Amino acid sequence: MISNELLKIDALCVSFNTQRGKVRAVRNLSLGIAEGETLALVGESGCGKSVTAHAITRLIPMPPGLIESGSIHFRGSNLLSFSEKQMRAIRGSRISMIFQEPMTSLNPVFTIGAQIAEVFLAHSKMSKQNAHTKAVELLKLVKIPDPEKRAKSYPHQLSGGMRQRAMIAMALASPNPGLMIADEPTTALDVTIQAQVLRLLAELKERVGMGLLLITHDMGVVAETADRVAVMYAGRKVEDAPVEEIFTNPRHPYTLGLLGCQPSAPANRGAPRLTSIGGSVPDLLTLGEGCPFENRCNRALPVCRENFPSAAAAGSAHTYYCHNPEAPQTEERRS
Amino acid sequence: MLKFVVKRLLLLLPTLLGVVTLVFFMIALSPGDPARVMLGERASAEQLKKLRAELGLDKPLGQQYALYLGRVLHGDLGKSILTQQKITEELRQRLPATIELAFTATIFASIAGIVLGVAAARKRNTWVDYSTMTGALFGVSMPVFWLALVLIMIFSVALDWLPTGGRMDVRLYFTPITNFFLLDGIILLFKGEGGKIFFNALKHLILPSIALGTIPLAIIARTTRSSMLEVLKQDYVKTARAAGVPEWKVVYHYALKNALLPVITVIGIQFGLLLSGAILTETIFAWPGIGKWIYHSISARDFPAVQGGILFISVFFVLINLAVDLLYSVINPRIRLQ
Repeated sequence: MISNELLKIDALCVSFNTQRGKVRAVRNLSLGIAEGETLALVGESGCGKSVTAHAITRLIPMPPGLIESGSIHFRGSNLLSFSEKQMRAIRGSRISMIFQEPMTSLNPVFTIGAQIAEVFLAHSKMSKQNAHTKAVELLKLVKIPDPEKRAKSYPHQLSGGMRQRAMIAMALASPNPGLMIADEPTTALDVTIQAQVLRLLAELKERVGMGLLLITHDMGVVAETADRVAVMYAGRKVEDAPVEEIFTNPRHPYTLGLLGCQPSAPANRGAPRLTSIGGSVPDLLTLGEGCPFENRCNRALPVCRENFPSAAAAGSAHTYYCHNPEAPQTEERRS
Repeated sequence: MLKFVVKRLLLLLPTLLGVVTLVFFMIALSPGDPARVMLGERASAEQLKKLRAELGLDKPLGQQYALYLGRVLHGDLGKSILTQQKITEELRQRLPATIELAFTATIFASIAGIVLGVAAARKRNTWVDYSTMTGALFGVSMPVFWLALVLIMIFSVALDWLPTGGRMDVRLYFTPITNFFLLDGIILLFKGEGGKIFFNALKHLILPSIALGTIPLAIIARTTRSSMLEVLKQDYVKTARAAGVPEWKVVYHYALKNALLPVITVIGIQFGLLLSGAILTETIFAWPGIGKWIYHSISARDFPAVQGGILFISVFFVLINLAVDLLYSVINPRIRLQ
């Protein structure tokens, strides 16, 4: 489908063995990201977004975690067949990650500059001096004022927004970044800083030409940055579409529900009150073969309890998984 | 940094005054008459009175305390009743031996303890972890004198690999330069004979260091393990892994520097304890240090010596704690600024 495919996840299943039993955190997940594309992975807490991200970089602690089946192809090679050594060479150089909490994600006893330089040193032979110079350049790139001085600062001496910029700089410390995975990069920041960081991410993505996997539960962030959106619920992908399609023509009831809770979504402009999705996420331990959203869905049919629907297409790039989807929006109603 | 040091040094003053006071009254109020001990059972009342006056024991306690405080401030700890030598001189002669032993024991305990603790944390809930921690439990529970005797029985008596005691073979006698024999050996290395001296001193240090270092080793291993487990859970460890930093570097550089913060405090306290608590080890291994000297002074009721020795060790302990705090602030940047 996509000619210049950067990342292709096929039928990925990840589970965790807990004392209470096996938790199937990701079930039969397929995703694709094209070179230079931004895919937003959306869903509420515990739906398997972060597990997916960690599966891509193979940072799931095993045991208790287990990648049961499926494949993750990055530029044509299956990451799941890589040795730990090969994987280490990919991490931080081709696939980098930034995390939600910039305070705890930076090492408190090393300077920012040293931590960024470390990434260079991990992937290429260069002098410490040289790596430090490159680190300062990156801090400049992510628009940290007075980068020479900041490189010598410790994380606790920076504000939250600056720390997240430093994290981004660290993720860019590679001669050839292909994919950046941003796991809720703005959740811990206040709103004005959020916007700055998102803008910076979008700008850098253009400049470096890398793909971005943006994990978030904030549809406002999705609208601003994503090209395409995949919606996950309880370990399953339930809908996958270009960003405008998701906002204007959602077919899965869960997607519609997510949009209903967002003040910024187009459908909610001028609405008297926001809606919420009743009930709560099902226990992944006891989940059967049916649609996981069935118990909260107001369109549920008896068949929803029996089996998970197969993919249905609504246009060339829009798929959803629902037995009783929302009606398509007509052109007039969209505008 | 300088401000921090000055502040800490000023805070030392009340601590030290407290130590001096405590040491003085502890000895002064304990039962037994030094004059009687020195002169024996058959001394006449007159002789006893004369000696008490000489020692200042006939004065009221408050006055004795003031006089003692004044002398201590001038660096005068008095004379040993037993040897009639100045106590500062007695300490000066024995301090290097004690420091040398405490230092090697601490080095042994720290290196082995950190390595074992990190291994146990990395291999959590495996046989590595269980055997290390069981061993550590044995280590803390073991009486030092018993361990020392077992070590001597195995390595000195049965195998005849290592000496049973002392700091140096008598036939290798030399004029000490610093009185730290390892250091002297290195200095003399440039003059020819040093190698033999160094290795002989080292050989004599092995068993006492192991005996003395086992309890600290166990404590350090347990502290390192729990601290490391805590740190390995942190997000920044994940960040380092996600950045492709090699695993050994993640563990021994990134994580360890964080995990060592509480361990350093423990090592410092243990070093201080070893300096003062080597009495049993020094006695068993005939180690001519302060511990053995205090032991003899106590049995001889040589009260100025006991007073001086305890005071000296307390001051040393407090100073080591200060040094540890300074070291801590070097490693932990979050403390430096506050």
